[in-house]
Amino acid sequence: MMAMDQTLGILFQFYQSLLVVLLAPLLTGWVSQCRAWLQNRTGPGLLQPYRTLRKLFHKDAVIAHNASPLFRITPYILFGCMWLAAAIIPIIAVDLPFSPAADVIALVGVFALARVFIALAAMDIGTAFGALGARREMLVSFLAEPALLMVLFTASLISQSTQLPRIVEALAHHQFVLYPSLAFAALAFVIVLLAENARIPVDNPGTHLELTMIHEAMILEYSARHLALIEWASSLKLFAYISLGIALFFPHGIAEVGAMVGNWGGALPLAITALLAKLVMAGAGLALLETLLAKMRIFRAPEFLGTAFLLAVLGLLIHFLLGA
Amino acid sequence: MEAIGILPLDVVCGVILLWLALGLLGLVLRRTPHLVTGIIFPLGALVALALAGTGLWALGETPGVAVLPLGLPDLPLHLRLDPLAAFFLILLGGASFGVSLFSAGYFRAMAGNTLGLLCLEYHLFLASMALVLLADDAYMFMVAWETMALSSYFLVTTEHHVPDIRKAGYLYLLVAHVGAIAILLSFGVMQGGHGIGAYTFAALREAHLPVFWSSVAFLLALFGFGAKAGLLPLHVWLPEAHPAAPSPVSALMSGIMLKTAIYGILRVTFDLLGAQQWWWGVLALALGLMTAIFGVMFAAVQGDMKRLLAYSSIENIGLLLVGIGLAIIFHVYSKDALAALSLTATLYHSLNHAFFKSLLFIGTGSILHATGERNMGRMGGLIHHMPWAAALMLVGVLSIAGLPPFNGFVSEWLLLQAFLLSPGLPNSYINMLIPVAAAVIALAAALAAYVMVKFYGIIFLGQPREKALEHAHDAGIWERIGLGWLALGCVVLGLAPVFVIQRLDLVTQMLVGQGLGNAAGGWLFLTPVDTERASYSPVFFLLAVLGVMLMTALTVHRFYHGRLRRGPAWDCGFPAQTARMQDTAEGFGQPIRRIFEPFFKIESELPSAFDTHPRYYGRSEDRFWFALYLPIKSITEKLSSWAALLQHGRIHLYLSYTFATLVVLLIFV
Repeated sequence: MMAMDQTLGILFQFYQSLLVVLLAPLLTGWVSQCRAWLQNRTGPGLLQPYRTLRKLFHKDAVIAHNASPLFRITPYILFGCMWLAAAIIPIIAVDLPFSPAADVIALVGVFALARVFIALAAMDIGTAFGALGARREMLVSFLAEPALLMVLFTASLISQSTQLPRIVEALAHHQFVLYPSLAFAALAFVIVLLAENARIPVDNPGTHLELTMIHEAMILEYSARHLALIEWASSLKLFAYISLGIALFFPHGIAEVGAMVGNWGGALPLAITALLAKLVMAGAGLALLETLLAKMRIFRAPEFLGTAFLLAVLGLLIHFLLGA
Repeated sequence: MEAIGILPLDVVCGVILLWLALGLLGLVLRRTPHLVTGIIFPLGALVALALAGTGLWALGETPGVAVLPLGLPDLPLHLRLDPLAAFFLILLGGASFGVSLFSAGYFRAMAGNTLGLLCLEYHLFLASMALVLLADDAYMFMVAWETMALSSYFLVTTEHHVPDIRKAGYLYLLVAHVGAIAILLSFGVMQGGHGIGAYTFAALREAHLPVFWSSVAFLLALFGFGAKAGLLPLHVWLPEAHPAAPSPVSALMSGIMLKTAIYGILRVTFDLLGAQQWWWGVLALALGLMTAIFGVMFAAVQGDMKRLLAYSSIENIGLLLVGIGLAIIFHVYSKDALAALSLTATLYHSLNHAFFKSLLFIGTGSILHATGERNMGRMGGLIHHMPWAAALMLVGVLSIAGLPPFNGFVSEWLLLQAFLLSPGLPNSYINMLIPVAAAVIALAAALAAYVMVKFYGIIFLGQPREKALEHAHDAGIWERIGLGWLALGCVVLGLAPVFVIQRLDLVTQMLVGQGLGNAAGGWLFLTPVDTERASYSPVFFLLAVLGVMLMTALTVHRFYHGRLRRGPAWDCGFPAQTARMQDTAEGFGQPIRRIFEPFFKIESELPSAFDTHPRYYGRSEDRFWFALYLPIKSITEKLSSWAALLQHGRIHLYLSYTFATLVVLLIFV
């Protein structure tokens, strides 16, 4: 039985990682397609991110004369970090063999590691835009990261664990009980998701307007396969964040390996269908938010994220007050 | 070893004597400087390694005790090597091994006479720190503590011909002595009038003071050790003394000496006083949080690389004090498993900080040698000229920024776990305080990443901001070994936390009567409570990221190609890109200065848009200096000038003062 669980777990880990890496650009494509529809445009189609990746991988890489090895290795580190993040979040199944290696605090650490490397790489060439982007990215994240940590803490306190599988189990089994602390946490999480994935109103993924860009300013000097990996990593990050949101706030339907032994013909298709439905909804919701909101001035962003931080701390306080 | 009757304490005493001998030898050999740097410092490093090994050995042994036939009549010196002291000896030996090896290369260009004195002070400093840890009576402790303060004062003022350095040294000496007086008073209160000779720590432990007096002793000790550690508002000497001192000295002071103050707080609070009041913990927690946020905020706006690191040390001391505060709170409410967890986090972070801060400080030494600059605004692009220093310091930067899988993350993780386990304390006010404290810790950690991106990015990356940087040379071979050892320490402490924590259990056993244990997780997984609750495996983490990176690189090169061309930077097609268009150190800190504006005292001068020769100028000063220190200074000056009214320099006046005093005394008696 144990051995069966183990093999099944490893199998799930493998399939989930593969699925996430392959599906991530599709989600990005879906969000921009929804945005196009909401803005009365035809849109490039769902598969556009794949075409972009294919085009970029075929090109010759051009890097600046004074690029250091740090600059060349960063896209790979970024991709590795985001893959790891996607591997520890329960997306289709709960009991992933890899998840004990990193809990929610380590998950925040993975995102931080990737962020520090991309910021350093942005400063490597020594252009005005690179450093500007790095500075702004660190500015946005120094409030977004603690806010995310506080959101995760609220969930950990409810479930008495910092392990994501345990959190998901605990939250999924308390069906239809509304935690007031989680409501605050959810609001904060949405703000963090927008900020960390370079979305409107903090950043605009479609812009190359010099004075407003953050994420794009950092990766200006990248081309070809390096750029492709960074774009792919960004898609993975969006996918990871949205799945994290699903795991925390709408965990119902994520399969448990233990419950699936002997019945995994039934549980797995259900889990995948539920996941796809949630992702479609979340992507459309993200596009709607982005269409309704306007890009902020850069110094309004800290206030916006400060709100997220306060909301998350408030959620945590409410948990301590009400015990729920 | 047992059979031939050698105890760890004997070895440690031998190490101290060897250090003193090496220091004196350095003074004797001052005519041949290459022998001092090439032989004395590496030998001192080996001795340090022996000390670390002995500390490791002593952790598991029963405490060794010795009484030295030295000191005042009827006041012999007592030594004791218990697990707490042993742990800090490991820290001292492990970190100073790297720093001493680095010094062998760093001081090679120094003039003989200065070098001889420096060698003596350096080894005296190391020996006195070891003695502080061994001391088992208040008298011995104070002697060692003062030797440490004085030897480090002379080290700070190595370049005493520069007025600013003399000034910084004076400030350091002043704060150190104000602190020492508080520690002395604290011992006096603890002794509680039990007669002469009752100043041994064993007697102090048995004193059982009333709550009021033990609180007074705690507050005095917190003040005194806080002055040495750089606790708010006694932090002002750090950002002055660290840039003034030679880099290896800054490394020793920041990496190790600050930890002796942490040792002192732990010794007094847990060992001597037995942590009795919950509000002690709340006070330590609150002070620690303020210190942490203050330190990191000021680090973000610094332009001088060593001042930046000094402020970052203030931040880390704040984090350590938060851990101590939590441990006190848990211990008072007899949740000793949690107290052990917080203490483990604190001790682990002390060790980590010793390694990464020493690494970064000696790294700034290499940069200083290569460029002659401390101002980050005149650096840039050094990664091309100093690849070794750049690679090794990157490890330090990632560690101090608290990123997995390096060591800074482990202690941060443990501390946050301690916070998460806090619900259920019987005091509802503390229950409210703790989430806010956790939020502040998270904020400080995120800001630390900001600071470190600034530090590394401005110094090593981008284009060189000055012509002279073209001739910057990499760290020498001794320097590389020193940097390499400390970087290795950061990696090993990051990857093998389970082994470290098993050893730390012996210390927490002694202080709060409980260890953490890590039975559930095995050697791969760090599981402070149980596997269901939380676990972290840095080895798996590293292997996964590296595995995916390797696989991706191979796949991309196999299925597509690895073609690469070099060209000019793209920069949105802007052709006239110069080095001056990059962010300066001030520019990178500008958002922080703007967001936290009320905390800084900002002076700035901006040119108008039409100025043909624009000059800009900006300083962010510490408000404490103006609100607290300058008033104290002016009050002191006023009082002294009143006292000076009595002083005329004429003998007959002084004689009449004496006469008047005698008359007054006679009237009263």
